Amino acid sequence: MNDIVALTKKDFETNQDVRWCPGCGDYAVLAQVQKLMPTLGIPRENFAFISGIGCSSRFPYYMETYGMHSIHGRAPAVASGLKLARPELSVWVVTGDGDALAIGGNHFIHAMRRNIGLKIILLNNRIYGLTKGQYSPTSELGKKTKTTPHGSIDRPFSPVAVALGAGATFVARTVDSDLAHMAQVLRRAAEHEGTAFVEVYQNCIVFNDGAYDAITDKSVRDDARLMLEHGKPLLYGKERNRGIRLRGLEPEAVTLGEDGVTVADLVVHDEAADHSGLAFFLSQFDAPKLPVPLGVFRAVSAPAYEDMNNQLHADAEARKGRGTLAGLFNSGDTWTIE
Amino acid sequence: MSASAATVATGEKRSTPARPVEELDSVVIRFVGDSGDGMQLTGNEFSRAVAKAGHDFATHPDYPSEIRAPTGTLFGVSGYQIQFASRQVFTSGDAPDVLVAMNPAALKTNLSDVKHGGIVIANSGAFTDNNLAKAGYAANPLEDGSLGDFRLYRIDISELTAHALKDAGLSKKDVGRCKNYYALGLMLSLYSRPLDREEEDIRSKFAKKPQIAEANVLALRAGYAYADATEMFITSYRVRAADIRPGTYRSLTGNHATALGCVAASELSGVPLFLGSYPITPATDILHELSSLKHFNVTTFQAEDEIAGICSAIGAAYGGALGMTTTSGPGMALKTEALGLAVMLELPLVIINVQRGGPSTGLPTKIEQSDLLQAVYGRNGECPIPVIAAYSPADCFDCAIEAFRLAVKYMTPVIFLSDGGIGNAAEPWRIPDPASLPKLEVKFRTDAEGFQAYARDASLARAWVRPGTPGLEHRVGGLEKDFLTGNISHDPVNHERMVEVRAAKVAGIANDIPPLKVEGPAQGDLLIVGWGSTYGSIVQAREKAAAEGLSVAHVHLRHLNPFPPDLGDLLKHYKTVLVPELNLGQLSRLLRERYLREVVPLNKVQGKPFKVSEIHDRIVELCQGAQS
Repeated sequence: MNDIVALTKKDFETNQDVRWCPGCGDYAVLAQVQKLMPTLGIPRENFAFISGIGCSSRFPYYMETYGMHSIHGRAPAVASGLKLARPELSVWVVTGDGDALAIGGNHFIHAMRRNIGLKIILLNNRIYGLTKGQYSPTSELGKKTKTTPHGSIDRPFSPVAVALGAGATFVARTVDSDLAHMAQVLRRAAEHEGTAFVEVYQNCIVFNDGAYDAITDKSVRDDARLMLEHGKPLLYGKERNRGIRLRGLEPEAVTLGEDGVTVADLVVHDEAADHSGLAFFLSQFDAPKLPVPLGVFRAVSAPAYEDMNNQLHADAEARKGRGTLAGLFNSGDTWTIE
Repeated sequence: MSASAATVATGEKRSTPARPVEELDSVVIRFVGDSGDGMQLTGNEFSRAVAKAGHDFATHPDYPSEIRAPTGTLFGVSGYQIQFASRQVFTSGDAPDVLVAMNPAALKTNLSDVKHGGIVIANSGAFTDNNLAKAGYAANPLEDGSLGDFRLYRIDISELTAHALKDAGLSKKDVGRCKNYYALGLMLSLYSRPLDREEEDIRSKFAKKPQIAEANVLALRAGYAYADATEMFITSYRVRAADIRPGTYRSLTGNHATALGCVAASELSGVPLFLGSYPITPATDILHELSSLKHFNVTTFQAEDEIAGICSAIGAAYGGALGMTTTSGPGMALKTEALGLAVMLELPLVIINVQRGGPSTGLPTKIEQSDLLQAVYGRNGECPIPVIAAYSPADCFDCAIEAFRLAVKYMTPVIFLSDGGIGNAAEPWRIPDPASLPKLEVKFRTDAEGFQAYARDASLARAWVRPGTPGLEHRVGGLEKDFLTGNISHDPVNHERMVEVRAAKVAGIANDIPPLKVEGPAQGDLLIVGWGSTYGSIVQAREKAAAEGLSVAHVHLRHLNPFPPDLGDLLKHYKTVLVPELNLGQLSRLLRERYLREVVPLNKVQGKPFKVSEIHDRIVELCQGAQS
């Protein structure tokens, strides 16, 4: 066990040149993940990183672990097979907004639904980078790209909302420029049993630069983002005097002290609520009307798919005994010719 | 050899009809009715009964893709044909000797196949005006003399079953469902088969519904007694037990045999089996079977789609399991991209395509062999994959083991082609002693010293490494790789080298294929080259032609990519090569391309197997041509 403790970030770096554009947000995520790995108490050889296609999907090549750069959109399916075959491994999926939500949408939602023990990091830059600048399922309405020269008429969806809708038991969001927050969220994901989903707002410096300026620019971000904390009221703003109140089912941004509003009027965040309603409600928040939530939307405990599968096998063996070929071949209706 | 004493004794005790008994060599019976009439069950039960009496048999289920099509309609007719004999049986038979038709639609759609002078047993109670109209009959064929060529038996099975069950306390609907057992009773009597074993089987099959079980037994007995007691059947028939190799047997469909073969591969190698699959006709039964074997080292994963089926299997194979996926034509199309990935990753994987009529959704429940070119060529890039095919239901067992043997030895995906005919048809399987099966040797690399992810052994296979092995952490992926390290490489020369080595690896499997077995003369007028489920028809056609003095040989290919190394030479020893296939000539193309040898295709794409006569006729024509 000593050698595990001795591992450092360096041990998780490969000898391959990292080929993302200089200034790409992916670098920050890679560094945080490489920093996190040696602190989890898991031997390096028990990590596997699986990806699909896209800029973010080059990730496994840069991790000195087991890994597979698979095909477009299919990483959750590949990773599910690996996790089921080898439940003792720590299996991570790195994906993007196109990979997970367009071509791979089906695998993405079904991984969540099953609650299989995968850690899924979605680097959302709201653009197709590797194919040089087309809109993605998270690009905003009206966005001009090479395939939408007159502005996009596709309505975007929120990866967090999709994950919640699919029944995810751990859903979080962070941003590439806030390293401390990212580290904290990734650690929570690593420790979660079942599927853990983390959306990382990631800046594409070439094709969609500044997409998240509103929530990353130090001068304005505190008024535009809402840092979620379990058990705490939904407070935000430079002065920490803004908050979220409910009017029926409608969220409302309010200022403490105005019209007699106090902290007691604000919604208190509960990531472990039985009902995913609060998390879903938060997933709909968008600037400028409402602050963009960052942090853990939902973290609930539910049996992991691989554990239930193991139980089925254990039960079957307890019931029937370990199968033998002779027993299997001779089962059913047999007859003997002499 | 004869059937076991116990079996025969039981048989003789109960089947001593007063009627004269005629000895037959073989009999072909077809049960036809509505898809809800239980014809598949009746056929299955009958085949079990004859098997236990020591006969060889072959079956052909033919059912619509609708689960329960509207009653009485022509498109809702479901059939089950069985041939059993006092000799080895290779096909379910060309033309039924006996047709059991449960309604007018069933009669109408099947009558033309019945032998002239054959027996037609019609459930006269179902020949109502309404049903006659649905089947498009202007007059009742049971009464208008149009069946004069046949020995017609009108039996009101519906009414007689209802009468037999009047005190059983069942609903009218449940009573209706028992009439297939009445029909089975009739046939068991006609063919001098015992009842006791069948009664036992019914009681065990319906153990959870004893009332239904007893009703079915009553219906069975009533049918049997009716045939015994009435003067309707002038003669009853007996088929002597076949000369079958001693051993313990069971009846097995191709899909069931495939599942057993996959489990065997896992047990023989000591490597867990992982099936990622999505339900699709006619392959789903393999998933069903394996799902029930959790007390083995078998994991099944019903994925969200066909793509996830194969991708999860690739993930499991990367994890060190025997990965496999099962599908049929349209699903195979969806898996294509992942097949390319598996080729690049050089991981063992078995892809089972239980072919059906295509293209697109095609004919889901019908037999066809039209995915051969897809299996050999259907991918982007230079993407070689070994392809093997099973020739009969029981052969699926051996084929599954062979597929895994190649996959692990050569670190490659392997496509195993079965088809709807083989998959759903049953035949006796001689149960092997597990100790007699070939060992599958699998070695996982654990030595970190000098490890290169894409270094190769003498078979050109790279090492299989289980994640979790310290010091061997490495990355694989669909991008082209460096020849040795497996790291991404866009180097032009390296790419060509990798394309060539992947091709050479698969081509090299030819050296690992046993010599071809040729039935018939080593040289002569005609060689029939077949593959897959056409085996039985070809064997019978050839035997018949050979008995007539024709110079005809037959070779049946298991390995379709690469071809066996001795095939090219073999083709040279015959004046003509005939290639019967249930497609438009796909093997013919491959043979021409590979050997620059003209071959004569014999093609059929009707969703039905070849009749023996269709192949025999062509043999005669070609041999006469060769003589003249």
